[in-house]
Amino acid sequence: MTASSSSTSSTGLLGRSASALRLGGRTVQASKRKETLAAYTFLAPGFVLFSLVVLYPIARAFQISLYHWSIVPGTASQYIGLGNYGHALHDPIFWRALANTGAYMAFTVPAQIVLGMTVAVLLDARMPARGLFRTLYYLPVVTSWVVVSLLFRYMFITDGGLINFVVHDKLHLVGHNIEWLSHRWSALAVISILGIWKGIGWSMVIFLAALQTVPRELKEAAAVDGAKAWARFRAVSLPAILPVIAFVTVMLVIGGFNVFISIFLITNGGPLDETQVLLTYAYRQAFSFLDFGYGSSLSFMLTLIVFTLSIAQLRLFRRPKDVT
Amino acid sequence: MVTGSASRTRAVLSARILILSLGVFLMIVPFAYMFATSLKPNALVLEIPPKLLPHPATTANYTAAWTSNKFGRYFLNSLGVAIATTFFSVWLSSMMAYAFARFSFPGRRILFGLLLIGLMVPTMMLIIPQFILAKNLGMLDSLSGLVFFYTGGTLALNTFLLRSFFQDIPRELEEAMVVDGAGPWKRYLKLVLPLSRPALATVGIFSFLASWDEFVWALTVINDPNKRTLPIAIALFQGEHSTSWGLVFAASSIAVVPVLLAFVIFQRQFISGLTTGALKA
Repeated sequence: MTASSSSTSSTGLLGRSASALRLGGRTVQASKRKETLAAYTFLAPGFVLFSLVVLYPIARAFQISLYHWSIVPGTASQYIGLGNYGHALHDPIFWRALANTGAYMAFTVPAQIVLGMTVAVLLDARMPARGLFRTLYYLPVVTSWVVVSLLFRYMFITDGGLINFVVHDKLHLVGHNIEWLSHRWSALAVISILGIWKGIGWSMVIFLAALQTVPRELKEAAAVDGAKAWARFRAVSLPAILPVIAFVTVMLVIGGFNVFISIFLITNGGPLDETQVLLTYAYRQAFSFLDFGYGSSLSFMLTLIVFTLSIAQLRLFRRPKDVT
Repeated sequence: MVTGSASRTRAVLSARILILSLGVFLMIVPFAYMFATSLKPNALVLEIPPKLLPHPATTANYTAAWTSNKFGRYFLNSLGVAIATTFFSVWLSSMMAYAFARFSFPGRRILFGLLLIGLMVPTMMLIIPQFILAKNLGMLDSLSGLVFFYTGGTLALNTFLLRSFFQDIPRELEEAMVVDGAGPWKRYLKLVLPLSRPALATVGIFSFLASWDEFVWALTVINDPNKRTLPIAIALFQGEHSTSWGLVFAASSIAVVPVLLAFVIFQRQFISGLTTGALKA
């Protein structure tokens, strides 16, 4: 087919378009139907898999959350309406998990934005080793959560850990070794520091890409005017990249709701559920206590929050095309 | 005047580099500490003062991880799952992306909207119904089951990214092929895919990393110790031998080093994929 059609293409083209003109509507319709069929063929395998593995479980999660779910084969699950949701409202650990999730975001989101922006601004200039710096700041982002979580747990070990050695033995900031992971707030601080350390590179790369779209002449003109660096940044760069900052903020908030592996591996929600966040608590309910219904209701609430945020971000901060 | 401003510029530049270097130090120290620990004999992993240059250094942890602790097997499990996931995901998502980028068909907006929902939903939220589904499909405790769910989970993002790349291919090129009588499959195979090699590399790297690093799903569905992937093997090993940090970090280094190398080599694809999502969507 390829050989014959290409060798006769010049005459074939004329002939074909002439016949298309003559036959008019019907040919157009036939080729349109063919294209539609092709489109569905391209879509089908992927979309079937996507529906089975992602869409169907979304609906199913809601359904499961309405039941006192029985995991024993052959026994019926009991429909309890919104009972699991009502249970959550009276569950102090749920509220603590929600507060911990909020605290994690309060620590990590502003820090990642400010520090990521600082590094991006420092890198947004002609300078040696710029690519190397960018790579090094980005390394924690590409490193597995499992590895860095274990690594931070190791660094924050009470006796013999690197951090206590620095703050106690070396700098004498505290009089004794701190039991970082045995108390709610110090443990959450450790987990937040990990989140910030791992996340700076990501916000930096996005901010840097956005800053580079601000015309250099604009930045340089402001510099010649003698504007101080901070005033210059506020007047020239900041307004231009505001939509990107909004985008990064929403993504980081969503990421904050999704914090799981670091808590799971560093404290596993302990001591005594003091450091549970929504997802670790939902996971524990489902896979330690086998209460699939309650676990589903917790994760479904989280999903509603994340959906609302995502849609708000799509609506409010629709990226202006010129940012690219 | 000129020399004054030049020396000021130089001072500013030095200050920049100094601050950036301090930051880099904080970014790198944990890695250095990890590699150092992986080279320490077990008796010294919590020594005071902690040393960043282990003395005596030993590669015993690496040998032990690779031979007696089956990390070689886990490495191959992870590698196989990641390669299969990457292959299926890039293949299926490139076809979907082509349909969304170039065809108009009934239901296009709705299907794309559903895809965006898949992009937003936190993967952890699906883990309970997916677990029940995997059980009903007989896919618990199987590596091909991992590939099945990983592929399904990466499709939304990959399709979304590839669609935006495909839309940037000049329409005229395709129209020229249509005039030459090329059907949709030929256009997809001979034009769209070859022109999008960088984009395919980007989503390929993303898919590979996502399945190479995936932890929670594998932990939940894999029971057979021989079918563990590296992340669960490392985490479970640490749970079982809470003091063998040298061994844990030797295994961690085995898992992390290929990723870091791949990142350094494919950096451009990586960053472009990342900023496409952020600056363009």
